[in-house]
Amino acid sequence: MNVGRVTRRMLAVVALGVGAVGSTVTLAAENEQFFPMIGWRTGPLTPLGVNLAGGWIDYMDLLNKRDGGINGVKLTWEECETAYKVDRGVECYERLKKGGPTGASAFNPISTQVTYALLDRTNTDHIPIVTIGSGRTDATDGRIFPYIFPLGTNYLSTNTVKIKFIGSKEGGMDKLKGKKIVNLHMDSAAGKETIPILEAQAKKYGFELTNIAVPMPGSEQQAAWLEIRRLKPDWVILREWGVAPAVALKTAEKVGFPANRIVAVPFAGSEDDLTAAGDAAKGVYVVHPMPPGEFPVTQEIKKYLYSGGKRGNLDDVTRMGTVFYNMGLTYGVINTEAVRVAQQKFGKKPLTGEQVKWGLEHLNLDEKRLKELGVWGLVQPIKSSCADHEGGGSAKVFQWDGTKLVPVSDWIAGDKSLTRPLVEESSTKYAKEKGITPRDCSKEG
Amino acid sequence: MFYREASQYKTSYGADQQIFPILQDRMGFLALMAIVFVVVPILGNDYWFNGLLIPFLILALATLGLNILTGFAGQISLGSAGFMGVGAFAAYNFVLRVDGLPILASFVLGALCAAVIGVLFGLACLRIKDFYLIVATLGSQFFIEWALTKFGWLTNYSSSGVITAQKIVILGVTFDTPLRRYLLVLGVVTVMALAAKNMMRGAFGRSCMAVRDMDVAAAVIGIRIFRVKLVAFAVSSFYCGMAGALWAFAYVGTVDPEAFGLERSLQILFMAIIGGLGSVMGSFLGAAFIMLLPIVMNLIGSTVSGQAIDTSVVAHVEQIVYGVLIIWLLVVEPGGLVRLWQVGKEKLRLWPFPR
Repeated sequence: MNVGRVTRRMLAVVALGVGAVGSTVTLAAENEQFFPMIGWRTGPLTPLGVNLAGGWIDYMDLLNKRDGGINGVKLTWEECETAYKVDRGVECYERLKKGGPTGASAFNPISTQVTYALLDRTNTDHIPIVTIGSGRTDATDGRIFPYIFPLGTNYLSTNTVKIKFIGSKEGGMDKLKGKKIVNLHMDSAAGKETIPILEAQAKKYGFELTNIAVPMPGSEQQAAWLEIRRLKPDWVILREWGVAPAVALKTAEKVGFPANRIVAVPFAGSEDDLTAAGDAAKGVYVVHPMPPGEFPVTQEIKKYLYSGGKRGNLDDVTRMGTVFYNMGLTYGVINTEAVRVAQQKFGKKPLTGEQVKWGLEHLNLDEKRLKELGVWGLVQPIKSSCADHEGGGSAKVFQWDGTKLVPVSDWIAGDKSLTRPLVEESSTKYAKEKGITPRDCSKEG
Repeated sequence: MFYREASQYKTSYGADQQIFPILQDRMGFLALMAIVFVVVPILGNDYWFNGLLIPFLILALATLGLNILTGFAGQISLGSAGFMGVGAFAAYNFVLRVDGLPILASFVLGALCAAVIGVLFGLACLRIKDFYLIVATLGSQFFIEWALTKFGWLTNYSSSGVITAQKIVILGVTFDTPLRRYLLVLGVVTVMALAAKNMMRGAFGRSCMAVRDMDVAAAVIGIRIFRVKLVAFAVSSFYCGMAGALWAFAYVGTVDPEAFGLERSLQILFMAIIGGLGSVMGSFLGAAFIMLLPIVMNLIGSTVSGQAIDTSVVAHVEQIVYGVLIIWLLVVEPGGLVRLWQVGKEKLRLWPFPR
């Protein structure tokens, strides 16, 4: 065996690697705002990763090509592939946090676990973590989590939207009394997260709640659905993801439970999940805080990025307007608007993470602004503050007609009177455990 | 020529039995220690510590733990990540529930808990061997993951099950910067690796190897096989538990059952195999290969291609090259990376006329 050759080659690989590590700190042009991006173009969540990144990059590219960036500051970004692994996510964060002339503007982990892993680091690095539609729910309390922004709608709010929708279908919230609702959830920590808020609502509205757990990964659900058939509930809330939702819908059809009595969570209700369930999915309701569909901004993107033989970030243009792509657009809108707001205070130049954090805390996306951006209907009105890092709390309900998601409601606002106490209970406990003194929001500018 | 023991006379038993009997090895080890404890902290940056070195060292420690069990004692296990999880959660609960307990003591207690659990599942090895034992340890992996999710007490009733690890404070010094955490991890790993090296040269290590090579013969020469196997399980789980505690406290800063899933167990097993079974050094080489190589390739890919090539292409090419490299390495050197190192040493000894 030729060991000499082997070792020489290995040395060459190592040398290349060292060179690459050394050269990651590249000098960028002056007038640029840098966004680090986590990529999932491989691994278990590829459809989500590819389309979300597509939407987000297309939106930033649109701002660059149409408006020349934000007030003349060009947007730049770099993707770092993680294959949805936590340790690779942390590695990517460390790799990219110093990119661009002023460092990372904001970091969007798009993964609850990575968000948790970065909790402590943000306090020393002063880089805001934006977790739209994922992440730590109690970070809504900005007094205790100054750098974490679960903007839009957190899990608890989405849940109250579901109950409100069910109430409206029953003909009023008072009609919920005595109704039976089953919460079919994955038997994991994230699956169980909404049980407390459901219990609070069951007490308030007087419906009967049954929690049924489905073991991960949920590829076999016969027992759970037989139990549901026995209980004969009025509604089933489907809190599942991965391969599970399609299995659930098919099993429901088999045991004869009507699909139009099932309300699914956002990540059970992408086009891919529902198509996989075939005819069994027809009629199912899905709650989406970041709704699918085409909006004026989609037309702009087609015009500036995809016309005349040009190609944006998306390979498969038919995916435009899907749930995941629109999620990416929402990420783009919220991140860049935070930069814009911060520029009004700090000047039209590249901003640091700390400054962008101020912007994220003072977002005011009202109807007028959202219409200017061409995203009215796609992004909900968001008004964030030092204490409230959620800012919105609404979602729309859609029904699957077999080929596409059809909107059946306008924005339904979540119930903050129910969610806020739970958020504060959890965040106060965290603060106590970690010895954190909450910020006094009345003193913040 | 460069690596020759000629004229190094051993005049006492102590000199003959020391951990690095050859002068060049001793010098090499001291130089390595000087580099990792002095030069790297001076030259390194946050990315090096947080992104590369800390996870590498921790995974090397876990690999070392598995190597004690699989490489030395011959008991294949797929439960390493589960034992890491036990160490992490136990350490978290000790810090949380026992006031004033020093953090290093809670790490050790956490690792001891892992050792106890390891012995419990190791009891299976009294009756079964080889593939059947793999299945039994696989069961431990699933059981531990399930228990950590199922019992709220373990996670202090955290709503999402992912909990934030406490701060590391030792003698009034807070280990909050990447450099300090690196030095802490490095210190623990160095001590434990030297301990392992010594343990494997001593009576226990030799009994392990005897059991691995032929258990009937080992029994005949008076080795109590079951005891050796169980102690190997305990020591191995202790190492994994310590690695888990460090992973949670010094690296990611969260204690999360999903971080200690089956995929991690497999990763650790691959590290042990690629590095070389039955070798302390191999554990480090294997951890470097499996953990750092994809990152290095990713960096090369993104640096060379820049924005020009789609990142998904880079990511896929990375996986293809990585897979091919593993197969190629195992074909040319089934003994693992450490075997390459040993062959290299032999050649250096005969240089300039190597065979």
